[in-house]
Amino acid sequence: MKIARRALAGLVAAPVLARVARAQAAPAVVVIGGGFGGASCAQALRRHGLVVTLVEPNATYTACPFSNAVIAGLRSMEQQRFGYDGARAQGITVVHQAATGIDAAARQVTLGDGSRLAYDRLVLSPGIALRFDALEGYDEAAAATLPHAWQAGPQTELLHRQLEAMEDGGTVVMAVPANPYRCPPGPYERASLIAWYLKTKKPRSKLLVLDAKDSFSKQRLFEAGWAALYPGLLEYVPLSGGGRATGVDVAGRAVVTEFGSQAGAVVNVIPPQRAGAIAQMAGAADRSGWCPTDPTSFESRLLPGVHVIGDACIAGAMPKSAFSANAQARVCADAIALLLRGAPVPEPRLLNTCYSLVAPDYGISVAGVYRPAGGVLADIPGAGGISPLEAPPATRAAEAAYAEDWFETITADAFG
Amino acid sequence: MMAPRLALLLALAGPALAEEAAPPGASACLGCHSPVRQNAAIPSLRGRDPVEIAAMLQAFREGKAPATVMDRLARGFDAAESRTIAAWVVR
Repeated sequence: MKIARRALAGLVAAPVLARVARAQAAPAVVVIGGGFGGASCAQALRRHGLVVTLVEPNATYTACPFSNAVIAGLRSMEQQRFGYDGARAQGITVVHQAATGIDAAARQVTLGDGSRLAYDRLVLSPGIALRFDALEGYDEAAAATLPHAWQAGPQTELLHRQLEAMEDGGTVVMAVPANPYRCPPGPYERASLIAWYLKTKKPRSKLLVLDAKDSFSKQRLFEAGWAALYPGLLEYVPLSGGGRATGVDVAGRAVVTEFGSQAGAVVNVIPPQRAGAIAQMAGAADRSGWCPTDPTSFESRLLPGVHVIGDACIAGAMPKSAFSANAQARVCADAIALLLRGAPVPEPRLLNTCYSLVAPDYGISVAGVYRPAGGVLADIPGAGGISPLEAPPATRAAEAAYAEDWFETITADAFG
Repeated sequence: MMAPRLALLLALAGPALAEEAAPPGASACLGCHSPVRQNAAIPSLRGRDPVEIAAMLQAFREGKAPATVMDRLARGFDAAESRTIAAWVVR
């Protein structure tokens, strides 16, 4: 293993001096991607005393958790935005450039301006890319009419504005992809909060949810909530009922399935996804489009010295969530600190907790505890599970409050 | 492989700044229990009595304390693991 800050070592001619320079310089870690995984990992690496550079093209990060509440008019977009001053205050070098290439053999990252960063270890946390080749007719241009709103930002605001502009009595159509994708319960939370918006503001309207699968995260909890709160308003069509979208008709504002097309006044298309672009370019993703990793260190199985965390990685039973990304970031940072010291990395255990809102004061959750088994992260039997199916309103209200509190904590950790 | 002398130098230089690696499962607790936020609905664990935290984890695991998610999470750890986690999360 080479520990040197290569850029520095390269400046020193004599081998003996080079060796001294290497020994004295703290190892350099580059983190690509400033979302929940990358920003959290940069902070955790810094706490280990490492020299950390965070590469993120945008000056502002827009968080996906709670963006469904923005769509439903329950929350302002401002509450979703975070910057990198907190990272800089911790001594992290933040570079607002896109990473355009990775040379894993030379341990170098190429940036958009052509400059290069040397690293001892690299963390890739590129999030997702939307597959604009997956649904016929659904490309980036189509998303300006039929928003996905699955990467928070202008798309979130567009879907919110479309709902506001819709006349009472209109139909909203949602298309939901097959697994795996970012935030497994997210489409159903979105359906819930759109239904809440319609019930409160436009009660003659309908919501049609077309799903490419037959079962989903927290299904019984969502369905119980929908039956209680939104009867006759929200209609759910699973794969077996013909719910799988095959394409869109942009001019007709419709989702196309094998059995026909469903037009809506507002159409939200959540397309299939894969790991973010740099993971594909660097060769960290396999044929599935996602990145296979070692479940103990999150080191890529394809690129030595490169670790992949967050939505982009294949994490077995762990869902693609902000909580998972943050938990993986901490474990990955510990593993990198140990590897750079030449120390063994013990088997980790990871947690996930995902809250969803069925209504503003009605929260539900799924939790899991994971350990490496058979080369992937597996559920620990007996642990984890969903909120109770029968629970008093106070319990649902408590989980809604905990959801907000979790968001405050995780954003403070990643961006504070 | 790293040269032994280099490893020694790093071992001496590193830990002065570095925090220790968390025991299995412990660091994820901080995803909800913030060590820095004030007046959070989900309580901070920093500075708490580790014996009390371990006892809470046991009560959650056995279903003897009211819980939303903590009963489900605590069942992923045995008593010894819970004590190790408790000692770390209160730092």
